Amino acid sequence: MNSVILSTATRVLLPILLLFSVFILIRGHQEPGGGFVGGLIASMAFALYTIAHGVAHARQIFPLSPTVFIITGLSFALFSGLMGLFVGLPAFTGLWGAYEFPVLGPLSTPLLFDIGVYLVVFGASTSIIFTLKLKE
Amino acid sequence: MNAIVIAPIVFPLILGLITLSLWQNRRLQEIANLIGSFIFLLIGVLLLYQVLNEGILVTQAGNWAAPFGISIVADTFSSIMVLITVVMAFAIAIYSISSMRKSRHICDMTNKRQQFGYYPLLNIMYMGINGAFLTGDLFNMYVWFEVMLISSFILLSLDGTKLQLEGTFKYVTINLISSAFFLIGVGFLYGLTGTLNMADLAVKIHEVENQAMVTVVAMFFLICFGIKAAVFPLFFWLPASYHTPPISISAIFAGMLTKVGVYSLIRVFTLIFIGDIGYTHTLILWISGFTMFVGVLGAASQYDMRRILSFHIISQIGYMIMGLALYTPLAIAGAIFYIMHHIIVKANLFLVSGLVKRLGGSYDVRKVGGLVNTYPFLGVMFLIPALSLAGIPPLSGFWSKLFVVKAALDLHSYFIVFVALLVGLLTLYSMTKIWNEAFWKNDPGKCSSEKQIPGLFARQNVFMSVAIIMLATITLAIGFYPEPFFQVADRAATELMNPQNYINTVLGGVQ
Repeated sequence: MNSVILSTATRVLLPILLLFSVFILIRGHQEPGGGFVGGLIASMAFALYTIAHGVAHARQIFPLSPTVFIITGLSFALFSGLMGLFVGLPAFTGLWGAYEFPVLGPLSTPLLFDIGVYLVVFGASTSIIFTLKLKE
Repeated sequence: MNAIVIAPIVFPLILGLITLSLWQNRRLQEIANLIGSFIFLLIGVLLLYQVLNEGILVTQAGNWAAPFGISIVADTFSSIMVLITVVMAFAIAIYSISSMRKSRHICDMTNKRQQFGYYPLLNIMYMGINGAFLTGDLFNMYVWFEVMLISSFILLSLDGTKLQLEGTFKYVTINLISSAFFLIGVGFLYGLTGTLNMADLAVKIHEVENQAMVTVVAMFFLICFGIKAAVFPLFFWLPASYHTPPISISAIFAGMLTKVGVYSLIRVFTLIFIGDIGYTHTLILWISGFTMFVGVLGAASQYDMRRILSFHIISQIGYMIMGLALYTPLAIAGAIFYIMHHIIVKANLFLVSGLVKRLGGSYDVRKVGGLVNTYPFLGVMFLIPALSLAGIPPLSGFWSKLFVVKAALDLHSYFIVFVALLVGLLTLYSMTKIWNEAFWKNDPGKCSSEKQIPGLFARQNVFMSVAIIMLATITLAIGFYPEPFFQVADRAATELMNPQNYINTVLGGVQ
């Protein structure tokens, strides 16, 4: 699509959307939001960019192959589940760190899991978007 | 001790991730999958060993106490099922290596399929299967079913040919309906008892005032698991879809997926829905008789090897359900023994038919022939599972039929015995048909006569042959030394028939 308005707006929107998706991800721990929604918003940023500039351009600015995100995310999620085993508790036990970080709150396995979900959703939806746009 | 219960679920996910990250390199995927499957096999053996030594193992996921959290339970029955799954996973891992060599033009699996994630999906499917076997929570079982089904949907349709999409469409539709029944049943059950933990349900279900409602719910579960297990009259999706994917996928589907349905039927109808045995189990008995008979008749009318075998899955499911329906310790043990024997034999027959296709050129038994001259050893490898399926002594099928039939005789259910034996005879008939057509008669000449005949152990076939020999050896082992196998099955049946131990272990917080 050749729209000056869209392509200009996307340049601004892309970083804002990505930042917003991270905000939603972290907010999701106590309030509405979370990894799934965050991942969708992040992939939306790239969907906009793909529509405005085409798949080839979007691939260029996309850091890695979407599959890498899926693999990393799944590993995060798996690892967060297995953490319990390493400290002698049943698998999938939620663990919280003692120190409260200013924005993040305490580091915890649910947070790690949520980041994993974020990455999987992000990777999966961008790979779908790229594939569908390529078919056009 | 905790870790081993969860390992059969977690390990395939790790293996799936490893093979997924090797996405670009098929050879590395094959090697990683083979090594991983071997470790997987060891995990399965270790789990059964521990369960046999220490009794039922439980881990409460997330450290939430039993009725509230999700319990992962390994009793003898589930450990047996897990062990068979990993044996099959190992056999398929070996078989897949050569069945995907690109140098062959009669290749039953395209390279595209491997690129699109055959190995990762296969491993995720194993995760779902093992999860369904090991979970102690009904809703969690639903989730594992979905994990298993979604991977199987993709595996069925990976090549995207018209035939595959048609088969997959039927498969997806019927499974969605089945899942809907499952969910409705789970919802009703939760409404009646306020719990979904299976051990807790087994206690609370007897306190429900409206026992008629419980029977209704039981029917929901009978329908949904019945669809998955392909019992009469809900089997029609199976022969419509199982012959479309490449043979290694057909084999694992034929071996494992319907048996997950049978496992779930046995689990819920020995643990939870035992309030009105006179009604539910008599119904199951009728279903089993029809399943056996209709399945074998369907097989008799087919000529595609894969379709013949698909119909046989249905008729054999009947025997397992019959064991459940009779509901005596011997009958349940027979059913479990039957499952062990059947998964290995049936998957092996599919694998043999894949090799027949590669060497003879077709799945249609009318088009191939003379294989007994060119490949006598392949003939032997076919005869072992085929005769075993038909129940010829001393092969494994004979013992499993013997136990089930003996249990029926003890109860004086002569009619079902008659049906079971008749079906055995008809099974023999259709196995003879494959034998006569594909192996015994003269080669009709079109397929393999002019070409240079590759040997059974030639480089491109050797892994397929090894997998087939491995499974045939297991069949022979079960046939000649049924004693230890039956003891394990018997122990599993005893546990199923006396669920108190299971309930105490899960609810008692023993970890």
